[in-house]
Amino acid sequence: MAIDTGQEVGPNAVPVRTREPAKRSLPGIGLLKGLGVTLKHMLQRSITQQYPDEKPNLPPRTRGVIALKEENCTVCYKCSRECPDWCIYIDAHKETHPPAAGGKGRSVKVLDRFAIDYALCMYCGICVEVCPFDALFWAPDFEYAEYDIVEMTHEKERLEEWTYKVLPPPMLEIGAEPPAEEPPGVAPIPAAEVGVPPLAAGVPPASPPRTAGDSPAPSAPEPAAATPTSAAAVAPAPAEHMEVEPDQETLDRVLAEELAKGTDRRVAEGRAKAAAIRAARKKAGQ
Amino acid sequence: MSHGLLLTAGQSFVDGWFNSLWVVVIAKAIIVLVFVLVAPLGVGYMEHKVLAHMQHRLGPMYAGRFHGWAQLLADGVKFVQKEDIVPSAADSGVFSLAPAVVLVPYIAIFVVIPFGKTVWAVNLDVGIFYVLAITSVSIIGIMMAGWASANKFSLIGALRAAAQLIAYELPLILAAAAVVMQAGTLSLVGIADAQHAFWYVLTQPIAFFVFMVAAIAELTRPPFDMPIADSEIIFGAFTEYTGLKFAFFLLAEYAGIVAFSAIASVLFLGGYQPILGLHIIPGFFWMSAKVGALSFFIIWLRATFPRLREDQLQRFAWVVLIPLALADIMVTGVIKVLVK
Ligand code: SF4
Ligand code: SF4
Repeated sequence: MAIDTGQEVGPNAVPVRTREPAKRSLPGIGLLKGLGVTLKHMLQRSITQQYPDEKPNLPPRTRGVIALKEENCTVCYKCSRECPDWCIYIDAHKETHPPAAGGKGRSVKVLDRFAIDYALCMYCGICVEVCPFDALFWAPDFEYAEYDIVEMTHEKERLEEWTYKVLPPPMLEIGAEPPAEEPPGVAPIPAAEVGVPPLAAGVPPASPPRTAGDSPAPSAPEPAAATPTSAAAVAPAPAEHMEVEPDQETLDRVLAEELAKGTDRRVAEGRAKAAAIRAARKKAGQ
Repeated sequence: MSHGLLLTAGQSFVDGWFNSLWVVVIAKAIIVLVFVLVAPLGVGYMEHKVLAHMQHRLGPMYAGRFHGWAQLLADGVKFVQKEDIVPSAADSGVFSLAPAVVLVPYIAIFVVIPFGKTVWAVNLDVGIFYVLAITSVSIIGIMMAGWASANKFSLIGALRAAAQLIAYELPLILAAAAVVMQAGTLSLVGIADAQHAFWYVLTQPIAFFVFMVAAIAELTRPPFDMPIADSEIIFGAFTEYTGLKFAFFLLAEYAGIVAFSAIASVLFLGGYQPILGLHIIPGFFWMSAKVGALSFFIIWLRATFPRLREDQLQRFAWVVLIPLALADIMVTGVIKVLVK
């Protein structure tokens, strides 16, 4: 390039960096290449998912709807206080349980109402982040639009139902560091039970909610259990929170039914487990 | 000729069926009109689909159940339902007339386009002359729309369209002239007939290139869509139009694609002449296939190239296309004389 003037010429001259001369090619080759690109793309398969006919396969961390695992909730109000929209409604009352062996009675908060107004929620995820007891989870479902805005407020029963849709957390990437904090007293969930490879097995501080039902002892992080004095004084859970083994018979039957209906396997498993637990509770209650 | 029906050459197939002059005229008018109303819908649907697939989408899939084939019919129904708005400052008479003035020339073109040895409405002796003259009329409609809308975007768009027409009409006619010189006739039927041995795209590749570029510019299709550049002047001369009038402009655009594809097919691709001497397949299908292929090409360009700047567009016409076309005519003339 002749423009590079003022440069030293001679043995000590620094090699002048000139612009790469543009590759000479026939005029219009670029245009033909462009036509080739569009033609190639036309012949490839299009990537459109035809949504209402074809359900999207959403990743596990999709922010679709918030599920409440009621038995994990200690009514600490953190979520409702942190919610930027004030769209979480919590009502609770205090119950005093008689002491097991003398001494002062133990007061327990009992949840009366837990509701999220999805007409207000902006899906920021702060409530899920802030919950210290892993009672809130993201589920990928998003088809819960309503004709009446009042219906957009999901009460705790509905929020509980969403937990059947929660997906197991994604696997850690190969070579990722294990999480720094292992919550005390939480045994790693056996890999086979969670259905994830060993690498990820010890990772979730609490099990995903759908496994909480069948392995209550190691995975439910009862905060009181860590303090030495109250270990024996843990209040029995209220009747509707009774921990039961899911009824295997019901589980198999409902699972088979759901799969026969063509339901997605994950959803089918959730429904089957829910039905099994309900059946088991009924049996235990009788 | 297997498809010659029972006719002598130089006679349209409609003439063979009816005796009365008026019945013939009305039958031809209906056939042309139906064709002009249906073919653009096909091209419009093709544009939907081709653009979509070039962008890895599917395009319309619902209307009419099977791959959205009825999408444009549905669009038509929608346009009919829309409110017909005339701006209060607009010159309402001219404003309302403009869409018709844009559309009618394209309908008129199909009167002389041969779709087969006997499949045409009129065999004008000056067919190509008539066609090129009448395509320029639609610009008057665009100018009417631009001035009558009382909108600056409309006016800018219309003036750009006019400037573009002046620049590209010349190479278009010069390219056609080269073909006419080789064929020795101005009749479109005659030009198509003259290509029974080989297509003129082989002897006139430069004229073909110039003609296609100029035709796309006349249609104000991308990459020459300065007059309706939606990112800067909304929709050019059509900005203020709604409902059926707007639909007329869209119909005119697609009718224009069909029209210019048909003219280019006749001039350069042998019109209804079959490929590889496959006379079993009637000329109508060959002609339709060629028109479809050229329409696809025009759509393909839209998916590929960005818009040219106004000055680039003008420069390209005056500095590149016109000298090229003139040189082509000169060479054609010289060869014609030498061969004789
Ligand atoms: S996601 Fe955000 S807005 Fe919605 S309930 Fe939770 S904290 Fe409130
Ligand atoms: S933060 Fe968690 S434990 Fe506390 S009230 Fe909310 S859901 Fe319950």
